[in-house]
Formats: sequence, structure tokens, C-alpha cells
Amino acid sequence: MHKHTGTPLVELRDISISFGGIKAVDHVSVDLYPGEVVGLLGHNGAGKSTLIKCLSGAYQKDAGEIMINGQKVEITNPRDARHHNIETIYQTLALADNLNAASNLFLGRELVTAGGFVDEARMEAETRKIMGRLNPNFRKFNVPVSALSGGQRQSVAIARAVYFNAKILIMDEPTAALGPHETQMVAELIGELKKQGLGIFLIEHDIHAVMDLCDRAVVMKNGQRVGCVNVGDVTDDDILGMIIMGKKPPQAY
Amino acid sequence: MTETTKTTIGTDSSAGPITRFLRATEIDTRLLGMFGALLLIWVGFHVYGEVFKGGGSFLTPRNLWNLSVQTASIGIMATGMVLVIITRNIDLSVGAILGVTGMIMGLFQVEWMPQYVGLGSPLIWIFAVLLGITMGALIGAFHGWLIAYRGIPSFIVTLGGLLIWRGAAFLSANGRTISPVDATFQLLGGGPYGSVGAVGSWIVGILACVAILFMLWSGRQSRKRHDFPLRPMWAEIFMAALACGLVIGSVLLVNAYPWPKGILKQQNLPEDAFVSHGFAIPVLIMLAVAILMTILMTKTRFGRYVFAIGGNPEAAALAGINVKWMTLKIFSLMGALAGLSAVVASARLNSATNALGLLDELYVIAAAVIGGTSLAGGVGTIYGAILGAFVMQSLQTGMVLIGFDSALQQIVVGTVLVLAVYLDNIYRAKTK
Ligand SMILES: Nc1ncnc2c1ncn2[C@@H]1O[C@H](COP(=O)(O)OP(=O)(O)OP(=O)(O)O)[C@@H](O)[C@H]1O
Ligand SMILES: [Mg+2]
Repeated sequence: MHKHTGTPLVELRDISISFGGIKAVDHVSVDLYPGEVVGLLGHNGAGKSTLIKCLSGAYQKDAGEIMINGQKVEITNPRDARHHNIETIYQTLALADNLNAASNLFLGRELVTAGGFVDEARMEAETRKIMGRLNPNFRKFNVPVSALSGGQRQSVAIARAVYFNAKILIMDEPTAALGPHETQMVAELIGELKKQGLGIFLIEHDIHAVMDLCDRAVVMKNGQRVGCVNVGDVTDDDILGMIIMGKKPPQAY
Repeated sequence: MTETTKTTIGTDSSAGPITRFLRATEIDTRLLGMFGALLLIWVGFHVYGEVFKGGGSFLTPRNLWNLSVQTASIGIMATGMVLVIITRNIDLSVGAILGVTGMIMGLFQVEWMPQYVGLGSPLIWIFAVLLGITMGALIGAFHGWLIAYRGIPSFIVTLGGLLIWRGAAFLSANGRTISPVDATFQLLGGGPYGSVGAVGSWIVGILACVAILFMLWSGRQSRKRHDFPLRPMWAEIFMAALACGLVIGSVLLVNAYPWPKGILKQQNLPEDAFVSHGFAIPVLIMLAVAILMTILMTKTRFGRYVFAIGGNPEAAALAGINVKWMTLKIFSLMGALAGLSAVVASARLNSATNALGLLDELYVIAAAVIGGTSLAGGVGTIYGAILGAFVMQSLQTGMVLIGFDSALQQIVVGTVLVLAVYLDNIYRAKTK
């Protein structure tokens, strides 16, 4: 169904990375087009998080290439990734527990006053604005995020990723801790961001969510790429077969 | 958000009057507890003196003035130790850095410089101070580099540093005591001449009050601008009165301590003249350091990153913070503060000795920890460390005054350290 002709927003080519002899990601290639949601699927430990961490700058790939808008780029740390408008919601959320929501949202990119001091009030006001959109029930602005529930923490991490006008968004199980209503809001958010032309990598275990939200799905197994399918062309059983047995349906490529 | 727009803080009537008062004023109850503990120690020693020694000598202008001067060196270093401990490191070498920078500054002003610029030249003290601070910063940076970029645990690097720099201090003067230091340099250690006098103290006090009022006012303005809840007016006035009252009280205190007769005679003043000491220069240095460090920690990105690294180093790195470079800078800052403390300490003694800064690392760490800096990382305040330094020094001074011998002093200090951290744990568990 999706016939992409232009240059992809992101191309990960032949990425490999290993930890002490274990090949966590083994020659995997994935691409992503503007306005597209690509699901990354696979069993626990398949290498999904590790793969996207090479793109977000958290890990350094051992081999392979990263292309952004057709240009080869080097991403050696998280700052490089942010520089390319890549934002990431990590599976671990990556929040500093002792800081409040606003400090976490702006961590590394604090708003400052004319005098160069951290502008606490403006950051809190901005945080209230974005949280009002994402999670209107959120009230705990002046406590460390350690005092938040799992879902509240997750919405802070999501707010951080969408606040800075990303072009490429990586979401590693963004709804794992969310209730049904909040999950629905994230689904709507994904749809909205897609319309704005963002490219989104979505790591997700819930097969129904994948069928609903993703345009394509890439399945990994033991660090290797099993295949890629257009979600509209297959059934959820086809995808489950790929995840569990590594069995490629005929539509896959 | 709209729900909180029109409310003021602490108006919720379900809470008791004390809780409501604390909420409205936003007083840190931990700070209150520390002040209480400090007052308890002071009154305790004074009363003990009254009862058993035939006269309390703790709560006198003279003793409190001396206490403030003796606290300066530990207090300055404790502010830096807060950053080190917040980021889950430790620095055991601060006493030794103080020792070696003190010794080098001593040699510089007594044996090296005078032959070039002449004894008493202002270049001597200025460059001695710069040399001490720079040298401390470089030593600290080297420690930080080993820790951050070579992956050696800070405990080991600074334990090694403790031995190495203590040894280096001894070798650099072959074990001699270097004395006397430059006359102007000596003023940085306090004493009757190294104090700013009555008028100077009033100027400092009034400036402080103006700054306090300005901060309260601008804080309120900024809350208004962003529609955040405001403190009730009476609470603002109470806070202003309390803070300014403390400032003015301390001005009155230091001005109530007169120059001794010997100094009056030196200055050809009549024997019954009353010349106030006022704030000692080392105390003003400590206060300046504390204010700058507080601004650094609460108002700058640097401070924000220190807390973030302490809270979750991995998250800090993923947020683009260069954790290694930060660690190097933090240790360098710690070293620079140890160098500054060496200025104060050697100036006060009017000499650089081999014992300068001996065991200071323990008092500095204790001050930071008593002041609420958590060894688990991520939590700590500068004012807490300064108060912690006052607690440590008050215990020391008080026990000397009432005639405890040094063995007993050690036992008490050790006990208080453990007890303070235990009480803090309980407090934290309760307020969670
Ligand atoms: N920092 C690391 N050090 C050593 N091994 C690692 C590291 N990070 C990941 N691995 C290993 O790499 C493999 C892939 O891990 P990864 O976290 O990418 O899995 P995943 O597909 O995200 O799984 P999950 O669905 O459980 O999140 C696992 O075997 C894991 O143990
Ligand atoms: Mg994962």
C-alpha cells in the first residue's frame, strides 16, 4: 500500500552492535519516511531497544551507516541526535528522580533568562501547558518525579519528547505504564504527530496497538531482522508468526 | 491549572495552625530543625558552663565571633563537598590539598617573591592567593580527570591524593614551618585588623537586607507573572522580618565584641575606647562563597546538571549532559575551594605548617552530611553544609570551653555525626 518514492527521513543500514561477544543487533536495516509510523517488534531481548539507541546516540554502533534525509551522519552522543531533531522516549524513561517535571522536561535544554540564569517560572509554565494537552489530570508540578506514579512519569517522558518539535520520534514502549484512557490519548497524539509529518519508530508489544497505529512493522529476532510488512497487507496472526517463529509471510520483504 | 490560579498557598483550612504557618511561609522544616539543633548546642554548652564551671562563656560575643572565624575554612570547603557528594562521589583529599597549597603559598610569599618585588609589596598577597586557588583547581581537575576519564573510583583517587599531597606538602619545605606570612595576606585570616569594623558591618548588613527584600519582591513578581499561587502577604512580611532580623542580630553581635587592650595600645587609643571587631574577613569570604555557590546550584544550568547527575547519571547522559566533563569541573571547583580555604587557614595561623588541614576532609564531609547532603546522591544544599560546619565547629569549641579532653571530643563528634544522619533518615522517611 505505501509506495515510498522520495528519500527516507531515516535509513539505518546494516547496523551491528555487540556486547562482550553477544550480537545484540546483527546487520539490521530499517527505514522511515515522513508521516509514517514504523513498528519495531520482537521478543524480549530481540535487540529493539539496542537498535534505536544507536540512532538516539545512547550507544555507538560497531558497524553500519545512519542516513538522515539521504545524508550520512555520525551520531556519537545524545546531543548529536537532538541536533538532528531526533527525540527519544526511552523504555526506562530516563528521568532524574530527584528533579521535578519541568526540570526533567527541559533537562539539557533549560530555558534561561536574559541574565543567563535558569528560568524556573517559565519552564514550569511551559510544562503546565504541554501537560495540559497530554494529561490534563496531571497536577504534581512541584514535587520530584520520584513521587509520581508510573503512568505520570511516562507522560513526563512523552511530554519531553514532543515538546521540542522533533522530526524523528523514537518511542520505546511509550504506553507500558499507562491506563486505558491515557493510552488512548497517546494513540491520538501519535496520529496527530503523523499528520504533522513526523516519522515515528514505535516499539510496542501489544499487537492490536501495532495494527492500529503503525503503517509498517519490522520484526526482529535474536538481534536479526526477520522481515518487514505493510500492516494493511497482513493479519495479526501473520505478524505473531514472524515474532514467535520467525516465519516470514509472502507479503514480507 | 486554572484550579490553582486564584488560590494562595496555605489557606487550606483542614491543616493545623503550625502546618498552615509552615506551608504559607514555605519555610524548609529541615532548615528549621538544623537551626534548632545549633541553638540547642549553643545553649547547652552555655548552661553547662553556668552550672559546672561557674559562668557560661559560650553565648558571648567573643566566643561566637571566634566560632564564626574558626568555621570559615571548613565551611568554604563544605560548600564544594556538597557538589561532590551529590554526584555520588567523595573527596578525601581536601585537607591534603589545603596543606600543600598552603605550604606553597607560604613559600611563595616568604621565600620566593620578596627578593623580586620587595617585602610587603601588594603583588605578594594577590599572587599568593591566585596561586593557591589555581593550584588547588589544577590538582582537583587532575583528580577529576582520573575519576571521569580513566574510570578510577573517586574514593581511591582522593585517598591516594590525601597521602600524595600531604607528602608533597612536607617535602616542599622539608618539614619546616613557614612564617610569618605577608602582612596583608594575614588580614584574610581575621583578627582585630582582619575585620571590617562597626561601620563596615552595618554596610554589609544593610546590603544583605536590601538583597533579601529584593529577592522576596522579585520572587513574588515572577509568581504573579505566571499566575502561580502566591504566598499570603503576612507570610511575605514575616519572612522578610525574620531574615533581616537575623542579619541585623548578627551585625549587633559582631559589633559587640571589642578590640582587646593590647591592640588598642598598639593603635595609641585610650584604654577604655570601644572599637568593634565587626565581621571578620574570612567569615565574609565564607558568606560570599556560600552565596555564589547557592546561585550556582539553584539558578544555573551547571547546578541543575549536578543534581541531575546525582539523581540519575544515565538519564543525565541521555539528556545530552557531558557527565565526564561535569565531574572534572566539580572536582576542580572543590580543589579551588580547598585552595581558598588554605588562604584563610594559613592567614589565621600566620604560618604554613605541616599540620595545616590535617583531618579536615573528615570535618568537611561531616559538615556536608550533617547539613543534609545524601551520600546516595542527588540531594543537598549549600546552606545546610554551612550550618553543618557551624554544628561541627560549635561542638569542638564548646567541648574545649568546658574542658573535655581530645579523646572525649572525638567520641562526641563521632556520635553526633552518626546520630545526625540517623535523625535525617527518619525525617526524610516521615516527610516523603
Ligand atoms: N548495555 C548492555 N550491556 C550488555 N548487554 C546488553 C546491553 N544492552 C542490551 N544488551 C543485550 O542485548 C540484547 C538486546 O537487548 P534489548 O534491550 O535491545 O532488547 P529488547 O528487544 O528491547 O527487549 P525488551 O522487549 O525486553 O525491551 C539482550 O540480550 C541484552 O541482554
Ligand atoms: Mg527494549
